[in-house]
Amino acid sequence: MDKQTANGPTTDRAPANPRQAQTSRSAAANTLSRTGRKKHTRKPVLPAWRVLRAVRPLIIILALLITWQAIVSITDAPPYMLPSPYEVALALIRQHAVLAMHARYTIAETVIGLFAGAILGVLTALPMAMFSPVRFWLMPVLLVSQAIPFFAIAPLLVLWLGFGLASKIAMAALIIYFPVTVAFFDGLSRTETGWLDLGRTMGASRWRMLKYVRLPAALPSFASGFRVATAVAPIGAIIGEWVGSSHGLGYLMLHANARVQIDMVFACLLILCAFSITQYFIVDRLLRRLLPWQPDSLARHD
Amino acid sequence: MARTDFSPPDQDGALHSLRSFDIWLRHGHVAFDDVDIFHNLDLHLPARSISCLLGPSGVGKSTLLRYLAGLVDGDVSGDIICSDNTPLSGRVAYMAQQDLLLPWRSVHENVVVGAILRGEKPDHDRARSLLEKVGLADAAHLRPAALSGGMRQRAALARTLMEDRPVVLMDEPFSALDPINRLKLQDLSARMLAGKTVLLVTHDPLEALRIGDHIHVLRGAPARLVETVVPSGTIPRDVGSVEVMQHHGALLRQLGADDADDAPEIHPPAPASANAEGHHG
Repeated sequence: MDKQTANGPTTDRAPANPRQAQTSRSAAANTLSRTGRKKHTRKPVLPAWRVLRAVRPLIIILALLITWQAIVSITDAPPYMLPSPYEVALALIRQHAVLAMHARYTIAETVIGLFAGAILGVLTALPMAMFSPVRFWLMPVLLVSQAIPFFAIAPLLVLWLGFGLASKIAMAALIIYFPVTVAFFDGLSRTETGWLDLGRTMGASRWRMLKYVRLPAALPSFASGFRVATAVAPIGAIIGEWVGSSHGLGYLMLHANARVQIDMVFACLLILCAFSITQYFIVDRLLRRLLPWQPDSLARHD
Repeated sequence: MARTDFSPPDQDGALHSLRSFDIWLRHGHVAFDDVDIFHNLDLHLPARSISCLLGPSGVGKSTLLRYLAGLVDGDVSGDIICSDNTPLSGRVAYMAQQDLLLPWRSVHENVVVGAILRGEKPDHDRARSLLEKVGLADAAHLRPAALSGGMRQRAALARTLMEDRPVVLMDEPFSALDPINRLKLQDLSARMLAGKTVLLVTHDPLEALRIGDHIHVLRGAPARLVETVVPSGTIPRDVGSVEVMQHHGALLRQLGADDADDAPEIHPPAPASANAEGHHG
């Protein structure tokens, strides 16, 4: 995770600096940008290619299912070790009410934790970027906080905050706090110096400079941190549930695992995957729509 | 010294002609890490004229300009005196080599950004008329990413003029443009900047000869200033004229184009095949 957070802001810095992005882009991409970059900055693609892209997820899922089934068939694994896709599908259908009930908890924990952690990160990064004494004293604390293995303090959180939602939300928030804070702080402290010079000659106040220049300029960095956070937030919630809970997919998985209902474990896993992917895409779409000037982030993911 | 004896008509509908004043820099001194960039430097910028600052790269041209703009922190000293006995700070508009347009604001929003940053109400009509004058009326609603390099720099020019400051400091504003766009933008700027006191830093002697009322050359370490003779004729001058070309040659020599001691790499390199013992000399 450290590596990810270290790379995230630097790779997303290019968009913050239009000149860099401009020069790094090819001539073709350049003319493309002239047609206006709203939602789709792609070249007009061939119909066949478009169809292929549309069915791509289906093909990937099908291939994974076939591989899964093949492993089950070849190794002849018993259902209590590795259930077949069919058995997991059966569990999904039969137990859908139970699964949905528990999934609701996990999803709520993740989403609330995500926003709590992001807000906390923003509230840390902003004063750090604005006031050098805050930066001086808070930076080491921030780094030390990252040295604490959050997995290890999950039992403490449960002890302090109880078996309910609060401890899981805290866990998810803590896990995403660092990437969001670092990415946003990085974006805020790397404002193009030319803009700062310009603002100075224009007689800009510190706060207006923050509001109209530094903050918007840092948004792409924040977005990259938030994307990372979106991917790791469910992990926090699940760890919290493992350590102590009476609801949630993590709880259900432990429970089913202990009773050798491995099909149920797999069903939980599938729901978690589907949720994580959906959440990521919603956040990604939303961020792109909010930052329409940010170049090239579309092409990067395809 | 100015191009006209009386105040030229305002190009952007602003009333700044009364505010024109000469600027003197006395005993200017800037050092970075205990190395003097320049010291005891004197410079005179006459009111309502374009002064160009030439010099080899790295000599401190931009530093001098940024010093006048109040953008250099650290080891600086010197007096900046204006003929109206008012401090220079706050009366300067700054234009850099990069257009410095904010990518999330439209061209129009970028032009009025100065007022926004000061918390004033922007004069949108004046912004529109300025954009029209620089030929960007149709692009006002676009984001900078949708513009070509020349258009972006024209937008930056409109933003600079929007500031309505009597002094304009320009740091190689045209150097990132192709030759044709550069010529066009020089003409446009010379026209639009009439009546303002301008300091233009450039590395292009022809640019200085084309639009400069005064040309200063900054040389040496610590750097010293020399004012050179300017060709006759009205601005923008014809780059093809014999007089401008003669000045160009003289200026290139002054900038060190044929200084042997400045260019040690001209000496023939030792033959690669020679033995190591043969290199003692």
